[in-house]
Amino acid sequence: MDINEIIKPENLVYTKPRLMNDNPMHYCPGCSHGVVHKLIAEVIDEMGIEEETIGVAPVGCAVFAYNYIDVDWIEAAHGRAPAIATAVKRLNPKKMVFTYQGDGDLAAIGTAETIHACNRGENIAIIFINNGIYGMTGGQMAPTTLEGMKTSTCPYGRNVALNGYPLRIAELVERVDGTCYVTRQSVHTPAAIRKAKKAIRLAFENSMAGKGTSMVEIVSTCNSGWKMSPVKSNQWMEEHMFAKYPLGDLKNV
Amino acid sequence: MKEEIKLMKGNEAIAHAAIRYGADGYFGYPITPQSEVMETLMEEQPWETTGMVVLQAESEVAAINMVYGGASCGKAVMTTSSSPGVSLMQEGVSYLAGAELPCLIVNVMRGGPGLGTIQPSQADYFQATKGGGHGDYHLITLAPASVQEMADFVALGFDLAFKYRNPAILLADGVIGQMMEKVVLPPFRKRRTEEEIRQQNPWATLGKPKDRKRNVVTSLELDPAIMEQNNIRFQATYKRIAENEVRYEEINCENADYLIVAFGSMSRICQKTIELAAEEGIKIGLLRPITLWPFPTEAIARQADHVKGILSAELNAGQMVEDVRLAVNGKVRVEHFGRLGGIVPTPDEVLTALKEKLM
Repeated sequence: MDINEIIKPENLVYTKPRLMNDNPMHYCPGCSHGVVHKLIAEVIDEMGIEEETIGVAPVGCAVFAYNYIDVDWIEAAHGRAPAIATAVKRLNPKKMVFTYQGDGDLAAIGTAETIHACNRGENIAIIFINNGIYGMTGGQMAPTTLEGMKTSTCPYGRNVALNGYPLRIAELVERVDGTCYVTRQSVHTPAAIRKAKKAIRLAFENSMAGKGTSMVEIVSTCNSGWKMSPVKSNQWMEEHMFAKYPLGDLKNV
Repeated sequence: MKEEIKLMKGNEAIAHAAIRYGADGYFGYPITPQSEVMETLMEEQPWETTGMVVLQAESEVAAINMVYGGASCGKAVMTTSSSPGVSLMQEGVSYLAGAELPCLIVNVMRGGPGLGTIQPSQADYFQATKGGGHGDYHLITLAPASVQEMADFVALGFDLAFKYRNPAILLADGVIGQMMEKVVLPPFRKRRTEEEIRQQNPWATLGKPKDRKRNVVTSLELDPAIMEQNNIRFQATYKRIAENEVRYEEINCENADYLIVAFGSMSRICQKTIELAAEEGIKIGLLRPITLWPFPTEAIARQADHVKGILSAELNAGQMVEDVRLAVNGKVRVEHFGRLGGIVPTPDEVLTALKEKLM
């Protein structure tokens, strides 16, 4: 059968989300970021809120998130996205405001801004990509790096005597009264992707309904930083990351 | 209409002026000697009247980034702090300048370095006028010398910030913040509607309508060729500001034999100094920079043509004196007098210093 007979419109089962633009992505093949971007673009489109949505991008691999999802964006200083989102939402209470942050950004340098935005119950959604490593700067140790895991700044493996323990942010913000929804998801299988999308949608709906802060943590792969193939990364994540960072809802009120 | 004259502290005047200006948001963190600003705002509850948002942040770092978020939306937003807090804000200030965002920052200076003292100082002159954070940038720096100017410069600072898309800073000190004077509060202005903000600030991130491309507020550009062009654009803005916005006050400068250059609370002390000198038959003029950046370079250069010597009187170890010397360019002797660590000199002390250093 000729290829042109296969790619007819009536055979179409999936398209690129309308709000994803055509800029070539800088993410490494196998990285989870692209999938999560796609889910956010779909959720914004399906909720019909693209004209009301303002994203706050982090410093880290997702620093260029604003190049890919076709809504208004603010690029934050490292870790400060929740403070920025706080002001944007308070000054524009009817708009959808979300942050998109990695684990270096959110769980290290931005811990104070994260905890306090959650504690104030800011009506924002925080999308938290946890891949246990600093990707953009070349694979350094993150607060979320697993015990024994090797990175460029813990080349012999994370030693808790030296570096402390992997920080479980979702468990931390679950205990804070201002959060209404805290969940941990992943995007390593089609089923997981569907669940993650539902979680992002709920987080966005909570924000629009003024229910408080929602955090969706996505346990993610960084095959470049982990120095594994994409397939091996997914296996490694299931075997090691999920033990420390178990998937599921921690809070949904 | 009868003028509304009130007696209040400089810090309180800032809070009332912000509400009356139609500011959209205030984000701050308590620190002496400026905590009355947020206390007054919380007491006044402007969210019930004008709709102004007032929020106590978890740190100065968060406060300045809240300002960055509000400014990104084209809103008139501000923060106030004092020296150690303003140091913490410098990262955010650099990002605001790099993203070409308007906002108002107030530094009610106290003595440093470090935790220093809670007493007045002007030792953050370098930080305010030379950038303060990383990168090539300037803040429009206004130096109020009275409670009236604390009130008036809120509107002036916001207006200049929006006119040039650049942060403005009021560089006050503990004296101006804490002292009580009579003040005529400015009239109430309506906060701008979202439609007005979209029209006036088409770059604002308020949500992307179908008829325009997405707005992105960022200071990031990895292509050095474009980043250089961005910097050239910033420099062109600073040049326009320097050409159009220099403000200063000259007191008794005509036929003066000596000149004192002083700003803020120090200029108030020096007003008395030149009176004391006149009683002794010594003719001293006072030039008070109102904008510290852009600096009144030409006005000082003109004075240098006819005076015998210039004293830069400051509550610091010698900061503005560098700009005075650049302006004078060796034409006459320029000396510095300063008290440090929160000590405020008497008018006599300044006069004695002038005599010793210049006569």
